[in-house]
Amino acid sequence: MKKQLFALLFALVPFAVAAAPAADTPYSMTPDLNDEASLQRGMQLYVNYCMGCHSLEHQRFARAAEDFGMPQDLVEENLIFSSDLAYNDQMHIAMTRDDAANWFGAAAPDLTLQTRVRSADWVYSYLLTFYKDPSRPNGVNNEVFDMVAMPNVLEPLQGVQEKVCAETDRPVEGAELDPLTGKYQSCDVLQVTRPGSMEPDEFEEAVYDLTNFLAYVGEPSKLQAQVLGPKVLLFIFIFGVLAYLLKREYWRDIH
Amino acid sequence: MGNPNKVKAESGFMRWVDDRFPATQMWQDHLSKYYAPKNFNFWYFFGSLAMLLLVNQILTGIWLTMSYNPSAEGAFASVEYIMRDVEWGWLIRYLHSTGATAFFVVIYLHMFRGLLYGSYKAPRELVWIFGMAIYLLLMAEAFMGYLLPWGQMSYWGAQVIISLFSAIPVIGPDLTQWIRGDFLISGITLNRFFALHVVALPIVILALVVLHIIALHEVGSNNPDGIDIKAKKDETGKPLDGIPFHPYYTVKDIFGVAVFLFVFAAVVFYFPEGGGYFLEAPNFQPANPMVTPDHIAPVWYFTPFYAILRAITFDLFGLDAKFLGVVFMGGAIAVLFVLPWLDRSPVRSMRYKGWMSKTMLAIFAISFVILGILGALPATPLRTAVAQLCTALYFAFFLLMPFYTRLEKTKPVPERVTG
Repeated sequence: MKKQLFALLFALVPFAVAAAPAADTPYSMTPDLNDEASLQRGMQLYVNYCMGCHSLEHQRFARAAEDFGMPQDLVEENLIFSSDLAYNDQMHIAMTRDDAANWFGAAAPDLTLQTRVRSADWVYSYLLTFYKDPSRPNGVNNEVFDMVAMPNVLEPLQGVQEKVCAETDRPVEGAELDPLTGKYQSCDVLQVTRPGSMEPDEFEEAVYDLTNFLAYVGEPSKLQAQVLGPKVLLFIFIFGVLAYLLKREYWRDIH
Repeated sequence: MGNPNKVKAESGFMRWVDDRFPATQMWQDHLSKYYAPKNFNFWYFFGSLAMLLLVNQILTGIWLTMSYNPSAEGAFASVEYIMRDVEWGWLIRYLHSTGATAFFVVIYLHMFRGLLYGSYKAPRELVWIFGMAIYLLLMAEAFMGYLLPWGQMSYWGAQVIISLFSAIPVIGPDLTQWIRGDFLISGITLNRFFALHVVALPIVILALVVLHIIALHEVGSNNPDGIDIKAKKDETGKPLDGIPFHPYYTVKDIFGVAVFLFVFAAVVFYFPEGGGYFLEAPNFQPANPMVTPDHIAPVWYFTPFYAILRAITFDLFGLDAKFLGVVFMGGAIAVLFVLPWLDRSPVRSMRYKGWMSKTMLAIFAISFVILGILGALPATPLRTAVAQLCTALYFAFFLLMPFYTRLEKTKPVPERVTG
């Protein structure tokens, strides 16, 4: 019986294994949906810097407020800017898709499920790797999204980032590792050349918060799954032990 | 009308029922006096688990239908509505989506058990054929269900698979249009797939499951030794190696259910996307007929057959490669139906078959897994060559079976089950 139990578990392993993240990104982050302060800061950044163009069609203000422990009046005063939107509404934007397409060439995509389409690592890397490129219409390009059409809206915070020739600890594509210093010599190193209102470390944390918020928005039910999952698994485990004892009792006389 | 020999309760309410409906008789025939071999092993858990998953799919499906909107405009948003605004909607949806994957895991293991112990051989040919029909319809059910979230992979997956019908000579293009109900996949296709997924196919699948079990209980279950337990009975007519299904196998299966549910719940709560194999990342974008995803891959349980389809890259006998691919893919499933007549071995179980059968089964299983992996990856010349080899091996297992099962030397089969 024990052998069978292990065999059954073993057979179900491939079905339980979650594969590794899809594409390589220069930066990676692990969302922490229990860090309410981070999620609150992320939401604040989102409504201030992103929500002019990017809606969150499926995310309600109220749900985020409850999940992040924010009182309704604070949310209404500080996070809802449009008089058309109420506390229980989804995070729509005022601009219509047709207008946006006319003005910018393409409407900015809804970002509710962006972290599930692209992964949180991708969003995090995307926001961190804008760099100055005068050949582009907006003056910037992006490491993970070449020929990007979006300007670097976080530039006031980050400052101007440029590709410079320098040494870096981070592996760079096409650059060789210097065995003496343990660093890479490359002319594709991103460096802030004109400071913004945040230090680079501070900015990275802000982008973490923003990405963390978007990771939450992709699947708010993860919070509920985290609470319910252990209870269900514990119940099934105890049930399984009792079921085994019952089985053993019945099968005592079968030889 | 009634058969006077029917078992009836002595008195009371059950007697009242038994005079009108064969409740006690059925209980005995299918559970308390249905004698199953006592040596069932690990491989025999999956039949009852498939039943559990069928019930799971039907129940969660009914609740999903309450909030799902089967229209091109509303389908995608209604799935997110279920995930966010419907009480427990996320759990119901993940139970359904993970249930589909688990269903195929369990069915594949259940079918492999049949191959391993010769459960398809006489007198169980109809059990096998009903089972294969269930498998075929389950694939149709899963395929149509995958269109319903109306994501990019839903749309383009359906586009690729439905366009396969256009490879059929003469009637192909018209047939394809008839299936879609439109010149391309549209809300019309979504609506008819919804009707088929929610009403038509489940009814037929349920009916076939009943037939599968009636046929099984008529001939009795096979066992790992592949011997007939009814050949040795005690003085009261009970098989010496048989035990009543209830309570022995009901309690054993309940334990199997607990182990299964533990793994299943872990996936539902912690890995519902299955690393992008159960819920594919492009499917979190609404269907867009103007933008084709970089790489269109079917869900994992279809990938072996998709790999066979793509492996046929050459014209043959004046038939073009696309049509041949469809023929091979269809053939890969069709050949399973005639399996009972391909196996000419005097023994059922792999335990007593010769080395050729064992080797061929191992090669078949490995080829099937490799095809499954290749079907999920973008094609390269090397991968296509490997897929061609595996396709050849897949078919060799079946088409050479009449020869190797007859040629090889089998081991003597014991009189009684060996545990």
